[in-house]
Amino acid sequence: MGIVNDVLDDGLGGLSHNVITGKLEDLVNWSRSRSSWPASFGLACCAIEMMATGGAHYDISRFGMEVFRASPRQADIMIVAGRVSQKMAPVLRQVYDQMMEPKWVISMGVCASSGGMFNNYAIVQGVDQIVPIDVYAPGCPPTPETLIHAIETLHGLIETNQILKRREATGAGANVHVEYIEPGSAPTPVLLGAKK
Amino acid sequence: MSETTLPGAGTDFYQRSVAGTDEGEQQLRPRSELSAKELMREIGSVLRMSEADAAKLGDLPDDPDEDQTMIINMGPQHPSTHGVLRLMLELQGETVLRCKPIIGYLHTGMEKTGEHLTYAQGGTNVTRMDYLSPIANELAFAMATEKLLGIDGDIPERAVWIRMLMAEMSRMASHLLFMATNGMDLGAVSMMIYGWREREEVLRFFQEVTGLRMNHNYIRPGGVAADLPAGWRDGVLEILDMLPDRLDEYDTLMTGQPIWRERLQGVGVITPQEAVALGATGPILRSTGVEWDLRRDQPYMHYDEMEFDVIVGSYGDAFDRYAIRLAEIRESMRIVRQILDRMPAGDYRIQDKKVTPPPRARIDESMEALIHHFKIFTEGFKVPEGEAYVGIEGPRGEIGCYIVSDGSATPYRMHMREPSFVNIQCLPHMMRGGLVADAVAVISSVDPVLGGVDR
Amino acid sequence: MSDPQDVRHVARDEYLATVKALADEGYAMCIDLTAVDYLELPQRQLPEGAEPAQRFEVVVNLLDLGNRRRLRLRVQVPEDDATLPTLFDVHPGTEAMEREVFDMFGIEFSDHPDLTRILMPEDWVGHPLRKDYEIGRIPVQFKGADA
Repeated sequence: MGIVNDVLDDGLGGLSHNVITGKLEDLVNWSRSRSSWPASFGLACCAIEMMATGGAHYDISRFGMEVFRASPRQADIMIVAGRVSQKMAPVLRQVYDQMMEPKWVISMGVCASSGGMFNNYAIVQGVDQIVPIDVYAPGCPPTPETLIHAIETLHGLIETNQILKRREATGAGANVHVEYIEPGSAPTPVLLGAKK
Repeated sequence: MSETTLPGAGTDFYQRSVAGTDEGEQQLRPRSELSAKELMREIGSVLRMSEADAAKLGDLPDDPDEDQTMIINMGPQHPSTHGVLRLMLELQGETVLRCKPIIGYLHTGMEKTGEHLTYAQGGTNVTRMDYLSPIANELAFAMATEKLLGIDGDIPERAVWIRMLMAEMSRMASHLLFMATNGMDLGAVSMMIYGWREREEVLRFFQEVTGLRMNHNYIRPGGVAADLPAGWRDGVLEILDMLPDRLDEYDTLMTGQPIWRERLQGVGVITPQEAVALGATGPILRSTGVEWDLRRDQPYMHYDEMEFDVIVGSYGDAFDRYAIRLAEIRESMRIVRQILDRMPAGDYRIQDKKVTPPPRARIDESMEALIHHFKIFTEGFKVPEGEAYVGIEGPRGEIGCYIVSDGSATPYRMHMREPSFVNIQCLPHMMRGGLVADAVAVISSVDPVLGGVDR
Repeated sequence: MSDPQDVRHVARDEYLATVKALADEGYAMCIDLTAVDYLELPQRQLPEGAEPAQRFEVVVNLLDLGNRRRLRLRVQVPEDDATLPTLFDVHPGTEAMEREVFDMFGIEFSDHPDLTRILMPEDWVGHPLRKDYEIGRIPVQFKGADA
């Protein structure tokens, strides 16, 4: 982003030209990654951490994602947050099918990624049996930092557009695994709005 | 839909998943097929009338024609249901006539899993049932196990007081979440941010003490997992100093405000007889005027030494439930202050070698400690035969744990009596005759947590 | 090792009458209704005067709000005739609990208004909490372990 550096160095005088050329595809991917709306698919405990990520301390609004769309037609990313039971599996697939292309899926938490601690008759052992997953976020529940890491990884992949190309070819998702981030290891958020 | 290239596309599982849902026997039958029996099932507690009276039910326009009513499905994926709750509503225009909650979308087989985990591991399983107040589940399970072991009188004082502190903080966190979701469901979307802002402080305290923000597995049979860290008092005092002003903000934003009152007063009314007949406990029962709080009426731990009020409503409507929970946050803060003053020094878990693992440093020194540690964590400690039930007051009502032991290291049967499972039965009664827009307010005021409902 | 003072063993044919009598006595709330499958513990000891041990046992937890006392009833239910009268007419709150027992154990409650599966999908076969029902684990390969 040479233009950004020019402006940072010299201010508006740094702009040597006022016409930018580039690929339309790059622009589309750039805007897709910065304004991807999640479909609310919070199922269990992970949903609470997902809502916490939407709260003021962790704030996914800075990534353009604070609007959790209730209608899958308006959503881009489906964050499967929580354990998927046998009864819920067809519903999950229906919601995924109702989402419009381009769409991506983040599997949040170990229960969605692999069945988690519930290796039994009632839980689908990994949501990747039902929908193609792009990013797996581990944790039980993943801390908001981990979820943001997963989201940002996905945004990075969206910008390169590789996921959609690969899915057209093979039908599979990106299958990226991110690392779990300890709670509180990121700079501690301050006590907001303290009134004394 | 690129179904042909999806992994597992040809499998039976995929076909079942894609084929869609079918109500089957859960279908809400149309009014023409309505028998008095089905009406009684859906309006169950009015049951003390005869069948003929139940069929009449004079407070609704009697017997609208079938083509005037509409059966609508709400959920399981819906922004205003607290988790994956599905409701089939029969509407006449905007009025809700019948309502049938359909649950099971989060069934995790936790009771079956509990039979395969040892008693030390059981907390990890149980804590994920009511995931909004995980400490309460762990407490019920640990107390039931201790009752079976016979050590429920020998838990060290400090451990008991720590448990009380954590239980009350968990109650505060759960009620703050209720404020947030209740506000958002009714349109005060900024409440979501405020409620979570406060809850983050409590979660940060939990993280310092237990290591995790949620699903802690901190209360274990025999005591707690680790002692309170240095500086915990400051953490608690910070929360206690910050919260009262914020709660007053909520009062300004919501309690006195006309729109809030219009939306909640008179909505979702339930009578005391109905509540008792349906087994509702917690804020729902207290909102009808029945003064029942297990902390006062069947006290456990040291609640009989604590000074706190039991908040009781009078109208049984959604506003009462909201006000009760807001007041209960204040009462919990009062209890926490008393605990702060009275926290004794001592052991944080019972020194029974068969139940409690030894401190890590001793493992290097003593062979016996090593063996005990090994046995406790691989095999688990054995619990004598018998059965026990312990009920505690969770934020939503009575959380009970019923354990049957066969003398081995895993429970033979572990059943949790979850309040939300029973409270969901109140929904049809609260929604009858109300508007569809109030359905969301009613669900929100019942405050179900679907992890507890479905287990 | 259970609390001897508040557990009562009831015969199956006296079950409904006992609960009705207790409800009149003051036990107005049914807190919990669940079941246990004693398939693997056939030799368990029941107190004298109680019915002979059967495969299933239905446990009902009653609460007397006025006098602050609890009572637990245990009813033996045989495997070949796994039915019991419903408590719905006395305690409407048992509707969901009895459905769960039916779903998980297969015990049928006669005269229950809607005895269908509540937690498992409609077309599920089998009753998961029975002891002869496998937990359904799938083999898991751990990272770094030999396959």
